[in-house]
Amino acid sequence: MVAELVTGKTLVSTTINGEPVEFMCEPRESLLEVLRDTLRLTGSKEGCNNGNCGACSVILDGRLVNSCCVLGIEIAGSEVTTIEGLATADGLHSVQEAFLEGAALQCGICTPGFIVATKALLDKNPNPTETEIRYWLAGNLCRCTGYDKIVRAVQQAASGTGT
Amino acid sequence: MRAINYAAPTMVEDAVRILRENGAGARIFAGGTDLIVQVRENTRDVDVMVDAKGIEELTRVEIGADGSVTLGAAVPCYQIAGDDAIVAAFPGLIDAAGIIGGTAIQGRASLGGNLCNSSPAADGIPALIVHGATANIAGPDGRRSVAVADFCTGPGTNVLAAGEMLVSLTIPALVPNSGAHYLRFTPRNEMDIAVVGAGAQVVLDGDTIVSARIALGAVAPTPMYAAAADEALAGQPATEESYEAAAAAAQNAATPITDMRGTADFRNHLVAVLTKRALRGAVERAKGGAVNGR
Ligand SMILES: Cc1cc2nc3c(=O)[nH]c(=O)nc-3n(C[C@H](O)[C@H](O)[C@H](O)COP(=O)(O)OP(=O)(O)OC[C@H]3O[C@@H](n4cnc5c(N)ncnc54)[C@H](O)[C@@H]3O)c2cc1C
Ligand code: FES
Ligand code: FES
Repeated sequence: MVAELVTGKTLVSTTINGEPVEFMCEPRESLLEVLRDTLRLTGSKEGCNNGNCGACSVILDGRLVNSCCVLGIEIAGSEVTTIEGLATADGLHSVQEAFLEGAALQCGICTPGFIVATKALLDKNPNPTETEIRYWLAGNLCRCTGYDKIVRAVQQAASGTGT
Repeated sequence: MRAINYAAPTMVEDAVRILRENGAGARIFAGGTDLIVQVRENTRDVDVMVDAKGIEELTRVEIGADGSVTLGAAVPCYQIAGDDAIVAAFPGLIDAAGIIGGTAIQGRASLGGNLCNSSPAADGIPALIVHGATANIAGPDGRRSVAVADFCTGPGTNVLAAGEMLVSLTIPALVPNSGAHYLRFTPRNEMDIAVVGAGAQVVLDGDTIVSARIALGAVAPTPMYAAAADEALAGQPATEESYEAAAAAAQNAATPITDMRGTADFRNHLVAVLTKRALRGAVERAKGGAVNGR
């Protein structure tokens, strides 16, 4: 098969939060731009737009990534989980519950990224140590909480003993 | 981000053709953790991103019958650091692959991209150099291989000619009684750029160092193989005195500059401290011990 150059707006078919989704995007658009501006999934936040803050964290084919450092066009045929995919009709996800219960947020701009990153951690390692939690979340920045309450909330979610 | 075109070839030959047809504005795109940010911030002129992740040869990990490993140039660090066979065989490589960025960067960043971005401070490159790794390259004129130690030519530049791309990295098996270790100094534990990085590999015979390789990051225009430190160690006992001599040789070879991350003096100090620590770790592993739990 001869590889073609994609030069303009292209149709991309993918799966987001378990639902088949189609969208048009230009090659230069990041996955974060597609999520927020085209699909109106505005839960993923733009903090830095250069990979440093983690506010845009999503799970792409089972891997935690920064959606600002992924192109929208790349996700054809992939499965993406965003913060919008965590709660169900029955209620919040256990990680969301733990963050709320533990008051692990103040302004909240970092929170979707932390919750998605925590879900990715607990999917892989249901019983992380505090050190493992802190290293896993090192790419997520929070200017408000000082991190301790976030780490406690992750421990709470992991132990499944929501208060 | 400026407008770009995108290609997702499935064969190396197609990728090379697209690079050649589109000239200097076409770049291979692996994890994009350098490239997307550079294009967005207009620090690199790119018209065509050639996605390498659909090319099987760039995404596979092959362990050879001789114990060598060949890593596809686009294999992400999370996959390398999560591969039990690689962790067991090359713990010193994981020291580097496991600290590039945080979890979400690891999900995308490749060692091939780390090498081709050719930053003087790249963590992967000194670790590849001490392991004696080879860069396997494809281009319009066919295939060739270059030692990673000779790959970078300056900050952000390397030996890849027009139309050429990195296909894979081959890391030879460690010989018996050898070990390697890489570490860096950063003000933060994670998510930071090395002020200085140092890697070491040693081959022991009892308590004697038969041979050694030292490489340094962020103290020269390119990651640097410090051959003089090797000479200081060959045939010497694995003792602090020998490590001191190697550290002094490494300091002599380094040409650090002052920038926002540290002064030349401080970097010079770090070269000695980190060279000794890298050697202690490499010797520990050569004796069958673990460093960082590996
Ligand atoms: C938040 C953050 C933290 C970071 N932390 C670190 C760190 O701790 N240590 C560190 O060393 N780096 C770090 N980096 C830099 C970057 O993540 C690494 O250099 C990474 O290894 C690059 O790999 P990539 O696959 O993303 O490369 P890409 O961005 O896809 O490519 C990098 C460059 O190499 C070229 N290229 C890639 N593959 C090939 C190929 N096969 N053939 C020819 N050219 C190719 C590209 O055209 C581009 O110019 C960090 C980056 C960010 C955003
Ligand atoms: S917005 Fe993506 S990492 Fe900050
Ligand atoms: S709660 Fe404000 S940045 Fe984290």
